[in-house]
Amino acid sequence: MILPDVLFVLFASLTLGAGLLVVLSRNTVTAALLVVLSFVGISGLFLLLDATFLAALQILVYAGAVMVLFLFIVMLLDVEKTSHILPKKVSLVLSVSALLVMVIGVTYLLMESPSLPSVDLMPLDMPDAPLGFPAHAKAFGYALFTKYLLPLQTVGFLLLMAMVGVVVLSKSTAKAPEPTSETK
Amino acid sequence: MTSSLNAYLVVAGLLFAIGFFGVLLRRNILVIYMCLELMLTASNLALVTFSRFNNTMDGSLFVFFIITVAAAEVAVGLAIIVALYRKRHSVMSDELTSLSH
Repeated sequence: MILPDVLFVLFASLTLGAGLLVVLSRNTVTAALLVVLSFVGISGLFLLLDATFLAALQILVYAGAVMVLFLFIVMLLDVEKTSHILPKKVSLVLSVSALLVMVIGVTYLLMESPSLPSVDLMPLDMPDAPLGFPAHAKAFGYALFTKYLLPLQTVGFLLLMAMVGVVVLSKSTAKAPEPTSETK
Repeated sequence: MTSSLNAYLVVAGLLFAIGFFGVLLRRNILVIYMCLELMLTASNLALVTFSRFNNTMDGSLFVFFIITVAAAEVAVGLAIIVALYRKRHSVMSDELTSLSH
């Protein structure tokens, strides 16, 4: 076996194993840390696909910002005392059967089906080609400011809306006493 | 042999299945939300794979936008969960049944 194959097996098993342990772990903090581990594996797979910029984004945004936010909320809410309840039998049966159906379907469709030919990874002929596969951040910048300018602006506005929405949602709903007359 | 299109798609499909399993099985809303993130990431992996094997940029740019929108979505969703916890003092999905008759 050559090195990319070994790394592929390593990162894929890291991703899938950590993902499965997220579902099965009793502790919510452990689950959040295992999600971080799974995202590190996904980032390694992105690196194997030559998507270096997306791998860095995956670590920075997902494993860094998003999961730290999750950990903050988990520790803030202190939900550990209620997370030891076992799932109901009907939901256990339904979820395991859904998992089996999806796993068998995925394996059958992608490993056995002759309709999907097995393509080999072709080399990047021009790494900095204007609209080729964007391996570097430079190609991302070019594409974002030419072909995808309107989506970029929309996403910026969406982030602003999310920020305002979070401020409105997390504001305390209880009426604070008006301090104006006392502080004058 | 392993670094073929099908191998990456199998990993993406299995990760999606695991996330779906968690959404159905778990009752803690925070863990359900983490499993939703796993499903989203699985679709990201499939998009990057197709983008790489087609040697086009659109899939990767799409993943860029998905990551941005997911960050916004997580912030709003967690704020909703915190507001819910303040009102009901629970994050278990089977205790939040006010909308059922």
